[in-house]
This record gives sequence, structure tokens and C-alpha cells, in this order.
Amino acid sequence: METAQAPGAVRSDAPATTGAGARAVRWRPGGLRWLGVVPLTAYLAFFLIIPAGELVVDAFRTPNGAFTLGNVSTIFQAQYLSSFGASLELSALAALLGGVLGLLAASAIVHPSAPRLIRSSVTTFSGMAANFAGVPLAFAFTSTLGATGVITVAFRHAGISLAAINPNATTLGLALVYNYFEFPLMLLLLVPALDGLKREWREAAANLGAGGFTYWRTVAFPILLPSLLGAMVLLFGGAFSAYATAYALSGSTGNLVTELIGNLTNGNITVDPQLAYALAFGMMIIITLLMVVYYLLQRRASRWLR
Amino acid sequence: MAAVTVGPPPARRRGRRHLPVWHVLWIIVAGAYFLVPIISLVQFSFGGLVNGHSAGFHWYATVFADPNFRSSFWLSVQIAIETVVLSNLLLIPTTFWIHLRLPRLRPVMDFVSVLPFVVPPIVLIVGLIPFLTPFTFLYSRPEVLAFIYVVFALPFLYRSLDAGLRAINLRTLAEASANCGGSTWSTLVRVVLPNLRSAVIVGSFLTVAIAMGEFTISSLLSFNTFPVYLFNIGQTTGNEAAALSVISLLLTWALMVSLYLVGRGGRTTAQVAATR
Repeated sequence: METAQAPGAVRSDAPATTGAGARAVRWRPGGLRWLGVVPLTAYLAFFLIIPAGELVVDAFRTPNGAFTLGNVSTIFQAQYLSSFGASLELSALAALLGGVLGLLAASAIVHPSAPRLIRSSVTTFSGMAANFAGVPLAFAFTSTLGATGVITVAFRHAGISLAAINPNATTLGLALVYNYFEFPLMLLLLVPALDGLKREWREAAANLGAGGFTYWRTVAFPILLPSLLGAMVLLFGGAFSAYATAYALSGSTGNLVTELIGNLTNGNITVDPQLAYALAFGMMIIITLLMVVYYLLQRRASRWLR
Repeated sequence: MAAVTVGPPPARRRGRRHLPVWHVLWIIVAGAYFLVPIISLVQFSFGGLVNGHSAGFHWYATVFADPNFRSSFWLSVQIAIETVVLSNLLLIPTTFWIHLRLPRLRPVMDFVSVLPFVVPPIVLIVGLIPFLTPFTFLYSRPEVLAFIYVVFALPFLYRSLDAGLRAINLRTLAEASANCGGSTWSTLVRVVLPNLRSAVIVGSFLTVAIAMGEFTISSLLSFNTFPVYLFNIGQTTGNEAAALSVISLLLTWALMVSLYLVGRGGRTTAQVAATR
């Protein structure tokens, strides 16, 4: 009945509005309804797919347009590898922190004895905190844990140095800042997964003599693990591709891949376009891998938790 | 985890009376994590001495008196409105059409709505600069930001609209409308759209949050939007930047609260759409 037709095969002079397309469908139920997706496809092609695709192609081209592997091999120089290393380390720290904190907090608020009010206010507040990011967040943490931050000064009076978590200079500090929006995100992702744990499982485990800890270790945790890891992969990707927060905290001295690309691109022109293409291409590869892992974990997670 | 000691038989009744101490502690730690930076920020925004007196609202007054604050804020508001209009014009008809006539495309759309995550702003801008440079009429105007932000808003608006369309019985509504002689266009505008109102509003608020807070693209294309202005102030006056951050935070919260109030009728899932 339905004759599928590639969007590209459609007459380009045909009206692309859904209204006109709809009337057309009545007399020809075939390919014309594909016209409805032409505007969005064209838009995304122009502002996302072609620029991204061109970036990938340009990563393999010399300034004259000849094919080369030189750009991509540049990013394997120690200096750029250390940038990727720093970004990956930061992302792993942020994901790990978010995973542990998120799981503990989420299991606290879904606990049957937790008052309803706590649960609803925590999830609402998480939604707000998860949206507090970028430049203002950077300033908030500078005034808290920066060199003259409120908490830093208070601890200094007590003789404790917080230099190890200075958000302007240390990876751990930056991971803490990222967790301001990643931890609540984790919470929001995990609460439904924890809700999916059926009470029957806990009762069945109890009937077999399992205490609280045994139940968590042998039943709940294995079931939750794919959801937990999946959410951590999302946090990892979020931290890996973040630029604004890191740049606002460390200025142009930062060594993250995103900051490096930013420095190369600053001021409307790309200083060393070939290097920027190659670095951006490297980031795309890593994020694509993360997305594949996330997809596989999601599939695994949906087996038990529906 | 060892603190989760829910004994076998009267598990629920026993558990209901008291929350394990560990859990209370965690909720307090998490609460402090979120509140302390905000408190510090507010403290800084009232901090410092001005002419030997404590600053009070001095930094806020400075901010509001600065014409650059007004112009950058107005620019961000304009771009946010343009982004909302553009993304809704693009996505409402398309999502409706896909649900009605091309349901097989839904998995494709799910995939497409993930693409902006694979190509984050800092990566996309590297490809966009050489690609857009020839289109001078667009590239040199701040409106180009709205066109780019539509891409970042796409996943959030699409998901909101998709969930909204899933929640209504579109086929029945469309058939009923057709039986009454309505065209597909009038079905969309007069039947479906009123049912999608909260999905459109929720998606649009998220789009505003994205467009108002976006820093990467606007700073690298040298447009003086609100986040770029905030960043520049932060390079010189810390207290003034703190005051600006408090203003920005209050605005984000106002958006999120109204979003929560709108969403309360239907789904109450919290929404996350900030650009990092």
C-alpha cells in the first residue's frame, strides 16, 4: 500500500507546507506525504549535518584541499593527547562522583519511609539545579571554593587548605562544579529506575533469608547496574563536551580539548583551522562511541525495568 | 547501603516510622551542596566596601545602570524569542505530520533528536564558521544565533511535542475532524494544537532557557549576548559579576517554576536543558 520514497526524490518546486501536502495526499497517497518532513530535513542539513560533515571531511584535507592524514595524526602529539587525557580524566571523575552521589541520594528519597514532600521537593529542586550551569555557575563556585571563596576562607581560618578542590585550577574542583548540574541529572535519571524495582523482589529475597544488604548486593544492584552505568555515560559525555563552565573558571589557561578548540576558534576566525577540525573530529568519535555504549546499556536496562 | 535494614515480615510498617539515619544525612549533604554555592554567590553580590561603607545593593544598582547590561540582555531576549518562534514553526507541523502520516519515521526522529548531543556546540561551531562565512547576510547578524540555537533546542522541543502527541488519541481526533469536513491544516490548528498547549509551552520554556544561557557559540562568534556580557564583567569586577549571576539565576528559576506549574496538569517530569 505504502510506497516509500526517498525525501530526495520529491519535486523541489512543490509546496513544502504541511497544509498543501495534506491535500495532495488525498489524491495521491504515495510519496507526496514525505514533503512534510522536507523543511526540517533541509534545516538540519544546513545548520547541523553539512557543517558537521564538512568538518569531518576537512579533518582529512590540507588547506589546499588535498587528502591528508596529517591533521589527525597531529592530535596524537603529546601536547594534544594530554588535552584529551585531561578531558577524559575530568569526565570520568565527574561521572563517578555523580554516579555515587546520585545513587545514594536517589535511594534515600525513594525509600518507602521517606516523606512524600521530600521526594517531590528534591526532584523539583533537581530540575532547577540541573539547569543552573555555564558562566553564572562558574562564578557561584568561584565565590564558594575559589581562592577567596566563602568556604575556602572559613576553612583557612580553621587551618585547612582547600587548594586541592579549587575550581579555578584543579580537575577535582572542576568535577565538583560539573556535579552541581550532573548530580541532580543523575538523581532524575535514577529515581524512575529505582521505582522500577518491584516490591515483590524484595519480599522474595526476604523470604529466602536475604537481609537488606544481601538484597541490594544480589538483586537490586545487578538490576540497576545498566541504568546506573547508562546514566553515568550520559554524565561523562556531558562533562566531556562542556565548554562554557570550564572556560569561565580557568580562562584561556585551561588544557581541556574543548578549551583548546575554543582558543583556536576565538574571535570569529579560526587560527589553525586544520588542527581545530582534527580536534573536533576526535571529540565526535569519542562522543559517538559513548552514545553506542549508552544505547547498548539502555537495551540491557529495559529488560528488567519497564 | 548497609543502612537499608528493612526486616522481613513487618517491613513496611517498621520502615515507615523512621528514615534510616544515613539517608537523612545524605539528603542534608546534598542540600548543602546545592545551597552553599548560591548563598556564597548572594553574599558576594552584597560584598566589598564602597567609599568605606558596606556595599548593600550597590552592585545591583551598578548593573542596572549599565547600558551594556540592558543592550546585552535585550539582545538575548530577542534571540530567545526568535529561537522559540522558529523552532515551533519548524517542529510542530513536522512532528504532527510524522505522527499522523509517517509513524515509521518516529524511530528516525528519535535518532535525529540525539544528533545535537553528538555534535556539541564547541564542535559544531568549528564546522559552522567556514560553512556560514559565505552567507554574509546571515553570518554577520546576531539572528544567526537563533538559527543555530534551534538545533540545540530540537531534542527538548521534539521530545516535549512527541510526548504530548502520544498522550492524545491523534488518529481518532484527526478522523473526527475530517468527518466534520476539516482539512489537515485545520485539524492541526483547531483540534490538535489546543490539546498540545502544555507540551508547546514546556518545550518553549526550555528553548528560552537554552537561548538565554548559551555562551559557547555567541562568545566565539563575538556577539555580546547576556552570558558573554556576564563573562566579561567577571574578568574585571567579581562582586558585580556575582550580582549579575544572582539575577540570571533568579530568571532561570522563574522560568523553571512556571514550567513546573504548566507541566503540573499532565506530566511532572523535571526538565533539563541548560547548555554547559
